[in-house]
Amino acid sequence: MIEAKNIDFYYGDFHALKNINMVMEDHTVTAFIGPSGCGKSTFLRLFNRMNDLIPGARLEGECLIDGKNIYDKSVVVDELRKNVGMVFQKPNPFPKSIFENVAYGLRVNGVKDKAFIAQKVEESLKGAALWEEVKDKLKKSAYELSGGQQQRLCIARALAVSPSILLMDEPASALDPISTSKIEELIHSLKNDYTIVIVTHNMQQAARVSDKTGFFMLGELVEYNDTKKMFLNPDKVQTQNYITGRFG
Amino acid sequence: MKKIRKILERFVEGILTVSGAITTITILLIVVFLFREGLGLFNSPSVEKGYNLCVNASNPVLHLSSVDIMEIFDYEATNWKEFGGADEEIVPFRFEEIFDRYPEEEMGENYELLPVRLGEAIASTPGIIAFVPQEYTPEGMDGVKVLLNDKITPSDFFGGKQWIPTATPAPQFGTLPLILGTLLVSFVAILIALPLGLGVAIYMSELASNRMRSFLKPTIELLAGIPSVVYGFFGLVVLVPLIQKVFNLPVGETAFAGSIVLAIMALPTIITVAEDAMRNTPRAMREASLALGATHWQTIYRVIIPYAGSGISAAVVLGIGRAIGETMAVLMVTGNAAVMPHSLFEPVRTIPATIAAELGEAPAGGPHYQALFMLGCVLFIITMIISVTAEAISKRESNKGL
Repeated sequence: MIEAKNIDFYYGDFHALKNINMVMEDHTVTAFIGPSGCGKSTFLRLFNRMNDLIPGARLEGECLIDGKNIYDKSVVVDELRKNVGMVFQKPNPFPKSIFENVAYGLRVNGVKDKAFIAQKVEESLKGAALWEEVKDKLKKSAYELSGGQQQRLCIARALAVSPSILLMDEPASALDPISTSKIEELIHSLKNDYTIVIVTHNMQQAARVSDKTGFFMLGELVEYNDTKKMFLNPDKVQTQNYITGRFG
Repeated sequence: MKKIRKILERFVEGILTVSGAITTITILLIVVFLFREGLGLFNSPSVEKGYNLCVNASNPVLHLSSVDIMEIFDYEATNWKEFGGADEEIVPFRFEEIFDRYPEEEMGENYELLPVRLGEAIASTPGIIAFVPQEYTPEGMDGVKVLLNDKITPSDFFGGKQWIPTATPAPQFGTLPLILGTLLVSFVAILIALPLGLGVAIYMSELASNRMRSFLKPTIELLAGIPSVVYGFFGLVVLVPLIQKVFNLPVGETAFAGSIVLAIMALPTIITVAEDAMRNTPRAMREASLALGATHWQTIYRVIIPYAGSGISAAVVLGIGRAIGETMAVLMVTGNAAVMPHSLFEPVRTIPATIAAELGEAPAGGPHYQALFMLGCVLFIITMIISVTAEAISKRESNKGL
């Protein structure tokens, strides 16, 4: 379970997130929607502490995963990130072979057992629905894959370290419709094993893949509801306006 | 109005084209000039110009290499057996010695009898080898044989182990000690500069705070702008005595001193190029690595350094290029002994230092002068290979497809 309590976040003087409270249940897909610059990606990146890398950023409030504050001093960031995988907006495989890309997370975690790595790579590639396409060219460079394949490779790479949570930051925004639908199918099948949080620009995508949806605007969480209710009968007028395309 | 502007634009275009052409032609001309002057060396005789070597007609030896000639006149080789002749002691005979054998009256009024006297001397001494000016050569006289005059060959030049351009009768243009000296000094310099430079580059790109970096970067770039003579001074006054003391050497001017000075000079290049390459690693790469639970260090050596690999190798090659071509500082601290380098702690001499030190005293157009130009060609080829390599490497980097 992921829980955000009274989150305020600042980039220097800019107040990027304003008093956000939210609970995400295990084995659900939660989508964040909202206009550009509304803070949804910033919010997502709080859960694996990716925002730590930004100089001048400051957080108030608590982020809890399974009841534990991940910003507590006792938390080792590397360990946290193993549990909370992330897929980025643009496919960003390493300039290494397909196999090494997936094995990377295991290697940096000190896994030396070759048989185990090979097995884990295969499992992860199968989990990301990429195995059939790449099983004969694992030694080839990851850059030989298409954009959609690269993105699924990045998902496989994240799965290989056995996280319980997957954060996806607009994972299909740089992809063609066919690759996008493949990623969406994948999200469906991953839901059984992972808690998934996805940021998306595409409202149809949010409607298709998610159980719950949060609508962000200007750093505030305007509405957080079941996806069905959100798209059919939202509580807030602003949500209604955004979903029907009156702005944003 | 429009017409005037058009003419003006044409005019500017013309100027730019002409200046481009002039620059290109100038550079090509310099290269052509260098090689034309240098290649003349292989047309020069191995014996000093204007002189001949004569032996007794009974001597079966037809020609001698320049090294042989030098050994004979240095009294190191003493028997004709060594050169395929009879078992006869060699008697080196310099032209002036004729006046020891014959009183001046017997030379004739205007020395017109000098060749005859030389001929007599040669004919009467079986083991003689006489070094005589062409105009007094007793050619065609009984008992006298003029040795065939070899030309300096590329193998003499590139394979010879002695660089004694002012030796008479046969100057030695063996460049092996100079080439090896250059390579030794540069190689050790890179060996020192590389770990240091990469360390600083990693520190600056990954670890240093913004404030530290904004102080360090201009400082290091300033280092690249210091004239090499100043580095030479520093080396001469600080390093050389230090090395002499620390390693307990008879002289401190050694290959090692040159290497250290060169390493300091190559550092700014290596640091700035390598640092740029590392900082150009896309943020997405770092984030991908960190998001998988890699630590900062793991990200540096597993992702950033491999990603910046070609930039780093370009940095190394550029650093080597700087080291090999450097003249002044090396000239000041290496001791300039043109001998085959046996250890780091002996004086050596590099190609650029040789050219700088000797060109002033080499008679224009002579073999020594040509040999120095040929050395310039060698240096040119070495640095060209290095730049082409650097170019190829950075091209590979830009083709990486990101």
